[in-house]
Amino acid sequence: MAFTLYSLIQAVILCVNAVAVLHEERFLSKIGWGVDQSIGGFGDEPGIKVQLMNLVRSVRTVMRGTTEKSIPFINIKHRSACI
Amino acid sequence: MDMDYTATQSGFTQYPKLRMRNTSKDRIDPSQLFDDTSAAPGVETAGFPGQGVGAMGYPGQTLLSDPMSNLAMAYGSSLASQGKDLVDKNLDRFLPISKLKYYFAVDTVYVGKKLGLLIFPYMHQNWEVSYQQDTPVAPRFDINAPDLYIPAMGFITYILVSGLALGTQNRFTPEILGMQASSALVWLIMEVLAVLLSLYLVTVNTDLTTIDLVAFSGYKYVGMIVGVVAGLLFGRTGYYLTLLWCCISIFIFMIRTLRLKLLSEAAAQGVLIHGARNQLRMYLTMSIAAAQPIFMYWLTYHLVG
Repeated sequence: MAFTLYSLIQAVILCVNAVAVLHEERFLSKIGWGVDQSIGGFGDEPGIKVQLMNLVRSVRTVMRGTTEKSIPFINIKHRSACI
Repeated sequence: MDMDYTATQSGFTQYPKLRMRNTSKDRIDPSQLFDDTSAAPGVETAGFPGQGVGAMGYPGQTLLSDPMSNLAMAYGSSLASQGKDLVDKNLDRFLPISKLKYYFAVDTVYVGKKLGLLIFPYMHQNWEVSYQQDTPVAPRFDINAPDLYIPAMGFITYILVSGLALGTQNRFTPEILGMQASSALVWLIMEVLAVLLSLYLVTVNTDLTTIDLVAFSGYKYVGMIVGVVAGLLFGRTGYYLTLLWCCISIFIFMIRTLRLKLLSEAAAQGVLIHGARNQLRMYLTMSIAAAQPIFMYWLTYHLVG
């Protein structure tokens, strides 16, 4: 498998974009991954699911904060839903 | 305006004084680019004699005795040291250079012992990393400490050996070297990212830094090189046997090293502690160790025809 650094960067950007596009109300709450369902895991053992939800939420927050400063969209081959 | 003239007139004579102030302030010769880490810690070494400014016995005394070129060289050296300071300051923000230097503080004895340990880890008893007042000891003094010298050299040797192997099959073009290099680098980066992600998800409180993970992922190149060389010398059977041996060795090596870093104190001693969290950590250790043989086979099977 011949990978190049460029394909790695492309894959990383597309994956981060995919995580950022997940909608809070329509999708994440429906499958029980909403923001309001993660609070309550106090104690020293957050668990994998809570960690994953925190990760998704932080990626979405960072991506929203970055793109709201009017940085032009990265023009990749598939111009699907980009926030 | 007259003041300016006199300033520039006397400015020429200021430069030698400026240069002497410089050298009396810094103890490090500005023409020495790298710190000498080959001595024991705490010993100030004199460094290599700089070539260029200040070298006595330089054949070209007439060149140096000319005051204009003297001043030009002094000015140039001060400019160079300023530029070097600027680059150091800015580079330190992205690459932690001082931390990297720790990983390259190795010597021949350490490298030899570590290579032996990677191929044959079964006799080694004590896998603990020794500390010295809260900071880990340099790899030169502790064989269990991770280093970046062996992974870096192993990576480069792997690329060269893969070029050699492809050449014996008449499949070599110069572009393949670049492709192999970037491919192996991409797999390394992906593996390190995957390990970082899984460490974050399992919330392990460990002192493993990213560079440590790069070092551990780079240790498999040694086994790969040995396997490919055996395949070149002894054909496919030699390749498979040596690769099997090296895969098992690196599996044991990774488990014994990571066990002390990822698992809790009691579990690391071998006592079975039941509990979801410890089980998860054990699975994590096993999967990190099991990923090494898989990568080793994946990156070398197409080289041995």
